[in-house]
Amino acid sequence: MRAVTEENILEIKNLQTSFYTRDFEVKAVDDVTFSIPRQKTLGIVGESGSGKSITSLSILRLIESPGKIIGGEILFKGKNLLGKSEAAMRKIRGNEISMIFQEPMTSLNPTMTIGQQISEAYKIHQGLQKKAATKHAIEMLKLVGIPSPEKRVKQYPFELSGGMRQRVMIAMALACNPDLLIADEPTTALDVTIQAQILELIKDLQSRLGMGVLLITHDLGVVAETCDYVAVMYCGQVVEYADKRSLFKDPKHPYTVGLMRSIPTHDRDLEGDLAVIKGTVPSPDEIPSGCRFAPRCSYATELCKSKLPDLQTYNDVNQIRCWIYSDEWDGDSEVNLHAESESTT
Amino acid sequence: MQNQKVLLKVTNLKQYFPIKGGILGRTVNHVKAVDDISFKVYEGETLSIVGESGCGKSTTGRAILRLDEPSGGQVEFRGEDLLSFSKKKMNAIRKEMQIIFQDPYASINPRQTVRQILTEALEIQNVVPKKERGNRVIELLETVGLGTHQADRMPHVFSGGQRQRIGIARALSVNPKLIVADEAVSALDVSIQAQVINLLTKLQREFKLTYIFISHDLGVVRHISDRIIVMYVGKIVEIADKKSLFENPKHPYTRALLSAIPSTDIDNRPQRIILKGDVPSPIDPPKGCRFHTRCPFATELCRQEEPSLRQTNLMLDGHKAACHHIEEIEAGTHQPSPLTVS
Amino acid sequence: MFKYIIRRLIQTIPVLIGVSLFVFSMMHLVPGDPAQIMAGESAPEQQVENIRERLGLNEPLHVQYLKYVTNAVQGDLGNSVRSGRDVSAEVGARFWVTVELAIYSTILAVFIGLIAGVISATKKYTISDTFIMLIALFGLSMPNFWLGLMLIQWFAIGFDLPGWIPFIEKTSWFKPSGWGSFQQVVLPVITLGTGSAAIIARMTRSSMLDVINQDYIRTARAKGVKERIVIYRHALKNALIPVVTVVGLQFGGLLGGAAITESVFAINGMGKLVIDAIAARDFPIVQGTILVIALLFVFVNLFVDITYRFLNKRIDLD
Repeated sequence: MRAVTEENILEIKNLQTSFYTRDFEVKAVDDVTFSIPRQKTLGIVGESGSGKSITSLSILRLIESPGKIIGGEILFKGKNLLGKSEAAMRKIRGNEISMIFQEPMTSLNPTMTIGQQISEAYKIHQGLQKKAATKHAIEMLKLVGIPSPEKRVKQYPFELSGGMRQRVMIAMALACNPDLLIADEPTTALDVTIQAQILELIKDLQSRLGMGVLLITHDLGVVAETCDYVAVMYCGQVVEYADKRSLFKDPKHPYTVGLMRSIPTHDRDLEGDLAVIKGTVPSPDEIPSGCRFAPRCSYATELCKSKLPDLQTYNDVNQIRCWIYSDEWDGDSEVNLHAESESTT
Repeated sequence: MQNQKVLLKVTNLKQYFPIKGGILGRTVNHVKAVDDISFKVYEGETLSIVGESGCGKSTTGRAILRLDEPSGGQVEFRGEDLLSFSKKKMNAIRKEMQIIFQDPYASINPRQTVRQILTEALEIQNVVPKKERGNRVIELLETVGLGTHQADRMPHVFSGGQRQRIGIARALSVNPKLIVADEAVSALDVSIQAQVINLLTKLQREFKLTYIFISHDLGVVRHISDRIIVMYVGKIVEIADKKSLFENPKHPYTRALLSAIPSTDIDNRPQRIILKGDVPSPIDPPKGCRFHTRCPFATELCRQEEPSLRQTNLMLDGHKAACHHIEEIEAGTHQPSPLTVS
Repeated sequence: MFKYIIRRLIQTIPVLIGVSLFVFSMMHLVPGDPAQIMAGESAPEQQVENIRERLGLNEPLHVQYLKYVTNAVQGDLGNSVRSGRDVSAEVGARFWVTVELAIYSTILAVFIGLIAGVISATKKYTISDTFIMLIALFGLSMPNFWLGLMLIQWFAIGFDLPGWIPFIEKTSWFKPSGWGSFQQVVLPVITLGTGSAAIIARMTRSSMLDVINQDYIRTARAKGVKERIVIYRHALKNALIPVVTVVGLQFGGLLGGAAITESVFAINGMGKLVIDAIAARDFPIVQGTILVIALLFVFVNLFVDITYRFLNKRIDLD
């Protein structure tokens, strides 16, 4: 593990966030560790229930009851956000760390104009008066490529298309020039040609404004196009963290490999059936005691089923949570993850 | 493919939804969701319809089954015009044509067990004698990969993938010829999506099913289809066999659509065409070619005259595109305006 | 917006025709001869005939209706059978009393209902929430006449309080009857407004809870907006949209409900007028009052719909 240095804009260590139902505790985020270098993009990939969105909400401490952050550290510019007061957190939200959400249709307030919603950030964090704030809002709209921004500031969200609304969300998030932008499935609800526009915009603004980006998505294609580093999450844990090239060229975790193989791609033909990961994600009250992926993994051994592997570091940066790469591994000495595995339905 | 039997023939299909307005609440305009499209579906094939939201792909699927009454055109199923059928006759023929929806949970009764859901489907169409229905339900569950021990559970205990299997079992219960799958795997996580896709292809082989597969995911479409229709604002812009469409797309919209999909291949980045602007509204579609407002190749001709689907000598049989400039674009004599390509 | 108002005004025409038809036919739907009923059972034949003549009951129905409508449009609602006075003047004199009562009650109901609803929603499942909702349930269940009588007993007539409570000898702070002064207004307004306050509180609570879980509230929090501003600036306006409709309906209901309150507090409003008129079988007065209340109801609803549209920009599309 890398030392805590100023080169990382965000470092998350052993984060735990749980939700409490009447009968049991759902460990939505369980011992999550990763970091985002300054001005770089980290993608978190995972299926529903992997805890990727809860992780992102935890960073801004927007977890609501019955959820609670119960452990770990979230170091932003070297300072632990979990130790801050609510008032101090408010100064960070929308100012130093901003967030955009999946549903541009519902994430904007329907009874406030676009201008009011963007300029609010200026009013809160920079104490600007209405006139100056609106002027800045118009500039932001221009920056995110919205035509005739002077007209748009006076409009309401329903007057804009989905792609335009996501641009407004981005304008709002970037208003105070944050050091970190968290984008939770920013293009999932959008059509593919609009998705291309939005991803291009985020990339462009990142290089111009020099911020770190945390991009949460279920789409490996989006990750390949936009991220520098990737964390793969499964059942509330990071199972693999790697730079993009390593992850796509040499995925290490059986889940990552399975995930990549089960996606039909548009740029080449596949013969026969798709490879599948057997079974389903375990429900929150039936989390396996060993490796969480063991029941679905074709390489799982007794060790995997009984003991949870640690996240171990290799090549200084990349991390893997799998017994295959440890000295204790009790299965085949030569595991070939990349051999075509049999598919089952 | 051309020698095969035509199962379904759609001719000049139109679906206009009225918009009410004005002081007296009269119909002031129409959403031209599907505007004069024609195509054939051959027996045993998978024909996919792709396009972005609002292009009319789902509306087409619903209009074929008369879930919404089409505004015009013909839909012939095995040579019979479905639109002329009485309600009773239509209900009878629905056992030949089934539909699977995106959200299986919304389309199944949450207060019935899986067994009840399937038994009811069998009852309605009355294809299986009463005493054999129990066995048939078990058989169906096994066919779609659900355990017989799950028959008496309620839908809410199932995961999304399993619910979609229930939806598929219900569709299969009446031995259909044609299944319209409307974004059937879109809501599923990728690992589950692969399982359901494999199930669909397995069932097609086993029961000689014909699929109309409606999807926005071109990766899935490439995997599952024989032929593909690309729609844009209520019109077909290109229709082709899978290989031609993905490797030799002719319509500028198809090209842009394909290039916009993020690829997991991190070494070979194809040149990306970023389309400017938004999809126009189907209430007031642009004159001429509907794509001209976003097309990097648009000319005065495109703004004036609507192109029809046509085949050029560069295209294989059955491959058609609706563009005035297929030849010039191919030959490179007609250059795109530079702003739109990155 | 202007187009919408015009359209809504045009739409009220059939409603007005319906109301006038209903009010007109009231007299004829009563079993028996209306003239006889008005005159009283033992009245001499000549008197009955006089009434019939005066009200034009001899003419065919459609002629009667047309006359009625033509006169009504010109502000002539006929004359009282009992006193012989002009119905328009009679109703007009009491119109503002009832409207004032309904407006004050609505203001009170909205004020208390909104505050209670918002507090309840923001502190959901706590003791304050349970307490507020319990009170609301009480408010909803109490009949007006009973609440009115109790208020008179407690605050107007008063008890002889035990001598150990200093300064106050009798709790007769308010007046039990009449309309006009502050002391006369307070109790009837509370009586009439309590039920509506409870309904508005419950509506605000559920609407607020719904809005608080919306994505845009999370967006506001992620922006660093203070919780208080999240509630009052971002959430409340959206939560009000369904509440406005309820307030409008309540106001209409209060106009009708005023009859009981006015009777309890002996207020000379339209409600009391109509009740007295019913007792005296004075049909022209009953018809006139109901027509005015119905008209008021229609226009209040129109006003509410316009407000609704103003709040909810989304539906102002055409």
